[in-house]
Amino acid sequence: MAKILIPTPLRQFTDKNDSVELAGATVAEVMAALTQKFPDLRKQLFNDEGKMRSFVNVYLNDEDIRYLQKDATAVAASDTLSIVPSIAGGSHGDGHGSH
Amino acid sequence: MATVTAPTDLSKDEILRYSRHLILPEVGMEGQKKLKNAKVLMVGAGGLGAPLGLYLAASGIGRIGIVDFDVVDFTNLQRQVIHGTKDVGKKKLDSAAESMLDINPYMQVDKFDAAITSDNAFEMMRDYDMVIDGTDNFPTRYLINDACVLLKKPNVYGSIFRFEGQSTIFAYPGGPCYRCLYPEPPPPGLVPSCAEGGVLGILPGIIGLVQATEAVKLILGAGEPLVGRLMLYDALAMRFRELKLRRNPECPVCGDNPSIHELIDYHQFCGVPNPKDVEPVTEPISGYMSETEIDAVALKQRLDRGDKFQFIDVREPHEYQIASIPGAQLIPLGEVPRRVGELDPNTEVIVHCKMGGRSAKAAEFLRQSGFKSVKNMIGGILAWSDKVDPSVPKY
Repeated sequence: MAKILIPTPLRQFTDKNDSVELAGATVAEVMAALTQKFPDLRKQLFNDEGKMRSFVNVYLNDEDIRYLQKDATAVAASDTLSIVPSIAGGSHGDGHGSH
Repeated sequence: MATVTAPTDLSKDEILRYSRHLILPEVGMEGQKKLKNAKVLMVGAGGLGAPLGLYLAASGIGRIGIVDFDVVDFTNLQRQVIHGTKDVGKKKLDSAAESMLDINPYMQVDKFDAAITSDNAFEMMRDYDMVIDGTDNFPTRYLINDACVLLKKPNVYGSIFRFEGQSTIFAYPGGPCYRCLYPEPPPPGLVPSCAEGGVLGILPGIIGLVQATEAVKLILGAGEPLVGRLMLYDALAMRFRELKLRRNPECPVCGDNPSIHELIDYHQFCGVPNPKDVEPVTEPISGYMSETEIDAVALKQRLDRGDKFQFIDVREPHEYQIASIPGAQLIPLGEVPRRVGELDPNTEVIVHCKMGGRSAKAAEFLRQSGFKSVKNMIGGILAWSDKVDPSVPKY
């Protein structure tokens, strides 16, 4: 079972879990198992064509899967997958987003 | 990174002030002079900008530019420690510059009272050795990235959300840029803002000071810069992690065959309206109601009349505990799809949230689910506090 680390913005879709252990031989299989377990995550991570959204990166341990074999990257039970979405907060953040 | 032009001598007072740097062999007199000759542009004087401004001023950087057009308000004080209670209502630019010059009068603060845009970014950045991104929105972050790549100036990046932060240096010679990490921004609305999502007040302190550390290291040429590595921080787990970051040879701005050679329209790129083009908000007539919207005053009138409708608050339970509107049933936005069966599609629904953003999404969802009449309450509970019941606290 590989460990998947869930970032704060997505924990509302994983019953507040910050990590989940799931089986799967490849990144695609583990991600499929994840979205099967938490269906609300699917829309957050994949577009309508079922492709991973480009503001969500997945790392196998410390390596970006885009530079490995992408979805087909093999996953071992001892591996950790991290989902790292784009975040922008930092200034006043009062919601009008102009600065 | 900064090139020492004319070596500046330190005065006797400055030597005393910087003595703990001067006795560090890695800084020393040479390093302190590099700091004094350095010119750094900070974009944003908010959560990240606050610790950045204070510590960079104290460290002896000779010239710091600040870009900000915002005004200090009470909700800023939980984290923006460069501003005090006495500064509420003042321009952040003035408040920040005052704090910095109080700490260190041996420096220059340049104030840019404007939003950074594709039209002024090059002009603003030109004189500086590096840019520190302390902004809070995607269009500005992509703009700063592209401008830094095109001007070949390092971009010391930091961003925060709730309990998590990210930091790295983009646009360092040979290193990756923001577009290499994230080619595109999330569609608007998918990621909640700090105002919706909240942020632990201490978090920008940690991330801002990671940025400050990297800026000082770049100036000194000391240590190993945070290039090609994305530093992730999780305050709840109290864990720092590091992921590998690579320059993408196909990157449209910093790749081998770049297709972007000038700044573009970043609001369009991010799919959000340019604040410049948005019609100035005119105060709506009190008691406004349409097919799809209702304001606080009209809602109050209908509640008082005892009209029959389903009144739903789509905020989170912890927000409901801070303040609520009598008669509203709490169904958090994330639970609406699952709990839609609790509502009658043939009876009118009015939805509200904090400011009207989340309730607009809930209203749209209900309409698509076949609800006949759904109205979004304009301005949310904040408008209710302003226009109907001032005893309802704002947050």
